[in-house]
Amino acid sequence: MTRRVLLAFAGVLLLGAVWELYKDLGPATGVKVGELAILPRTTDLAMPHLWTILDRLGQPVSSLPGSLPLVVAVLQACLVTLGIAGAGWGLGVVFGFLLALLMQAVSLAERAVLPFVILSQTVPVIALAPLVVGWGAQLPAWQEWMSVSLIAAYLAFCPIAVGVLRGLKSAEATQLELLHSYAAGWWSTLTRLRLPASVAYLLPALRLGASSAVVGAVVGEVSTGTEGGIGRAIVEYAQASGGDPAKPWAAILGAVAIGLVAVGVVALLGIALRRFRRWEVAA
Amino acid sequence: MSDAVAIAGVTRTFATGRGPAVTALQDVSLTVAPGEFVSLIGPSGCGKSTLLRLIADLDQPTSGIVSVFGKSARQARLDQDYGIAFQQAGLLPWRTVAANVELPLDLHRVPAAERRARVAELLDFVGLADFAGSYPDQLSGGMQQRVAIARAFAEKPSLLLMDEPFGALDEMTRERMQTELVRLSAETGAAVVFVTHSIPEAVFLSDRVVVMSPRPGRIREIVPIGLGPGRERGEALRENPAFYAAVTAVREALHGDGAVPVGVENR
Repeated sequence: MTRRVLLAFAGVLLLGAVWELYKDLGPATGVKVGELAILPRTTDLAMPHLWTILDRLGQPVSSLPGSLPLVVAVLQACLVTLGIAGAGWGLGVVFGFLLALLMQAVSLAERAVLPFVILSQTVPVIALAPLVVGWGAQLPAWQEWMSVSLIAAYLAFCPIAVGVLRGLKSAEATQLELLHSYAAGWWSTLTRLRLPASVAYLLPALRLGASSAVVGAVVGEVSTGTEGGIGRAIVEYAQASGGDPAKPWAAILGAVAIGLVAVGVVALLGIALRRFRRWEVAA
Repeated sequence: MSDAVAIAGVTRTFATGRGPAVTALQDVSLTVAPGEFVSLIGPSGCGKSTLLRLIADLDQPTSGIVSVFGKSARQARLDQDYGIAFQQAGLLPWRTVAANVELPLDLHRVPAAERRARVAELLDFVGLADFAGSYPDQLSGGMQQRVAIARAFAEKPSLLLMDEPFGALDEMTRERMQTELVRLSAETGAAVVFVTHSIPEAVFLSDRVVVMSPRPGRIREIVPIGLGPGRERGEALRENPAFYAAVTAVREALHGDGAVPVGVENR
């Protein structure tokens, strides 16, 4: 466990070293093949030093009196987006699970629904956002963040539905026949066998769903124009990049942190469910 | 008392995607008396596993009747009249040994106290009392199979169905398990239908050995073994001339028409 933490830490350090090394050695105009930019420019404007970014985090957001330190503003925005993504993930998990149960129970449903589940992911969020906002506006208690959560849920449910379905079908034939010989019904078979057997597939699905929900929340904020979250902060801060190149990077670091927290939560879930992953370590 | 198993004129054909249907069993009739140990033996494809699955209601005959204790196979399954064990132990890896043995009791809502007592008794029965809290991946193949057998006995069935339960075990473990099984079934008075590839195994365990032949699967001969009741059978029996004579009788029944059947172990 400590080994993994150390490795993860070393990975971050390595990434930072690559950044600084390229900034130091790469040409200021970047690397281009014809008109196509392969590697970015290395000017302070395009790639600020890491210590510049860290230093900028400690400074106030803007020159207005009473403005918060940037790091506080970014963390606040992160919490907002994390909440929205979390709600979307939860909704995606519930919907994905129900869909997977339906597809497992009724094979006709699997053939009918599964292609659409996959197809649904080809619709760009940008196209979807105005529709969701428009529908939401017609509901009385609807709030802006709910549209964003719905978009996050839309991105999250697909990997969960597909993963859970595979998991529910992963029970061995011998085990299924055994339960059949005990005259176990659909529900007993589900709770005693199919669900526990699906955990090994469930965890990667939940992880994928969590990162999709975060991407959905960030992109959803931008495309619905929702304020207060990190998606909006990325757009706002990017507009300041001309005079304050480190500022947008602070927001990007925030978005990365949200993704890591989301994946970390799923990892904790994995520890709680480790009894059901025994066969992974079995000989 | 009605027969433990009564099979009358059973045929089972499997439709294949193209070409003619495959006849797995043709016009098979067999009865097993209560408390009797019957082995089904024959080369691969003779339908012995199919026959067992029909008794267990894991499959239905195309024609003919299968009854278990005078009921339909389906009703017997719903009433939990039999316990079953397969070639693979089929334990649930996330359940401890005790929880695996408990599974059928748990599914049928046996009260917790009664369940615990029964599980302790069963684990004692198969010599795994010290491993109640272990997980299946911590056990050897032979121990896993013993857990599966304890599970099959969990609801005190009057019929045990076993499909090559020792097939994946090494020879020494296998012989020890055979001795245990013959003792367990004699003590509980359960009838057993036991599918195997091995002639000595069938002879050592059984009151009668049903010799089957393939394409189409049917019963060629039923060999009575007559080595005495199960509770008197021990390791010494394997050295007994009567045992060899019975092995020879079964082998001759298998090789009846001179052709050497494929897939039968002579060990």
